[in-house]
Amino acid sequence: MKKYSLILLVLIMGTSVFAQKFVTKSGHIRFYSETPMETIEANNKQVNSAYDHENGAFVFKVLMKSFEFEKALMQEHFNENYVESDDFPNSFFKGKIVNNEDIDLNKMGEVPVKVIGQLTLHGMTMDVEADGIMDIQENMISASSKIIIEPKEYDIKIPGAVVKNIAEEIEVFINVDLKKLSK
Amino acid sequence: MKRLVLLFLGLVFSVSITFAQDDLMDIFGEEETIDYTSATFKTTRLTLGYSVENPVKNDMIFLISHHFGNINGGAYEFFGLDQATIRLGLEYGITDRLTVGYGRSSFNKTYDGYLKYKAFRQSSGAKIMPVTMSLIAGTSINTLKWENPDQENYFSSRMTYLFQVLVAKKFNKNLSLQVMPSMVHKNLVASSQDKNDIFTIGAGGRYKFTKRTSINLEYHYVIPNQIDSYEYTNSLTVGFDIETGGHVFQLFFTNSVPINTTDFLTQTTDKWENGDIYFGFNISRIFSFGGKKH
Repeated sequence: MKKYSLILLVLIMGTSVFAQKFVTKSGHIRFYSETPMETIEANNKQVNSAYDHENGAFVFKVLMKSFEFEKALMQEHFNENYVESDDFPNSFFKGKIVNNEDIDLNKMGEVPVKVIGQLTLHGMTMDVEADGIMDIQENMISASSKIIIEPKEYDIKIPGAVVKNIAEEIEVFINVDLKKLSK
Repeated sequence: MKRLVLLFLGLVFSVSITFAQDDLMDIFGEEETIDYTSATFKTTRLTLGYSVENPVKNDMIFLISHHFGNINGGAYEFFGLDQATIRLGLEYGITDRLTVGYGRSSFNKTYDGYLKYKAFRQSSGAKIMPVTMSLIAGTSINTLKWENPDQENYFSSRMTYLFQVLVAKKFNKNLSLQVMPSMVHKNLVASSQDKNDIFTIGAGGRYKFTKRTSINLEYHYVIPNQIDSYEYTNSLTVGFDIETGGHVFQLFFTNSVPINTTDFLTQTTDKWENGDIYFGFNISRIFSFGGKKH
């Protein structure tokens, strides 16, 4: 009995001592669509992201209206016609790092990681997986990845008139500098 | 007892795994940002008149407006399509709030120019502003040949001025309404009973029934006892907007022949109830110069 109490105590202590969360509110997501007709690029530099080293949880929250385009009209169409930001203001990703045990916070340098989880965009949730790199630094982790999103999978309809202007597969580049949460 | 502890441990563990990702999401909190309303209307015209929208900095809009002849002209006039009144216009965004515009109308061979300034932007979230408000100051110059070239004529007699306040609210993604009190100042009027300053009050709106199409309505009421020398009517237009990428097509039926704002507000003389209705359209095309750099 005493033994178990001790384990319990250690576990509780352990979670509080080693709870290592990393957070940013200024992550960068860039997406890119290229067709012979038009190249469309947008940047969002206010991406929320957090990583919990204890259990490998890795999440993103992205305000869709924060994507900035080269042309104001593209931005208006993106929000009004495609992702419908009034109805679906945020996109979410909730996932886990599969090889979380490979990440040693005391060992500086790059670690290849695999992430699986659910991406919610335009009100639709899909399972996604991605390969990325986590660069472990002093009190900080730089994480980067690239994923491909197909608008039609998320029920984003592209009308015939502009179907040649928007790529079927959109490249999404993710770059977040997560800072250690001090408590 | 052992079992109890094990059960407890198991419970703690499973709960922490299930909710770990959701808990982590809570770290971001509910930080409020300023959410500016965009796309109250599809373009810078409601139908005939101005909307609160404006081109952003370095964007230019080319606008072609056309009103055909009266529909009740019958088959002989091909239901009005044999005749047309036209205006060609350009609008340019000097800043994201200030627009300069220019146009030439065939009605009275009129040139017009205006400045439009967006004073308030509707927003929600951290900063609440219930409406968008734009101010317009413009002038138009009638360049018809003098009716009496023998008498002394002044260039200033050709000038008409426009002052307009546009207040619009986007109630939801489909419904936007606008009120627009206006004053038209005419330097020269036909009789001493006619007022030089003519006040009107207008209202209109749009209802989107698909993502890219809407029904628009616009009405301007001329306050009575200002115009005496001719039978004026109030301008009423029912329109239909179609947006296709960089173009907006606006199709409408109206009782106003003139397209230029100072003229359609005060020189509309036809009546809907008599069937003196004109089919018309606007085509607007947006051009971007020097987009934002990141």
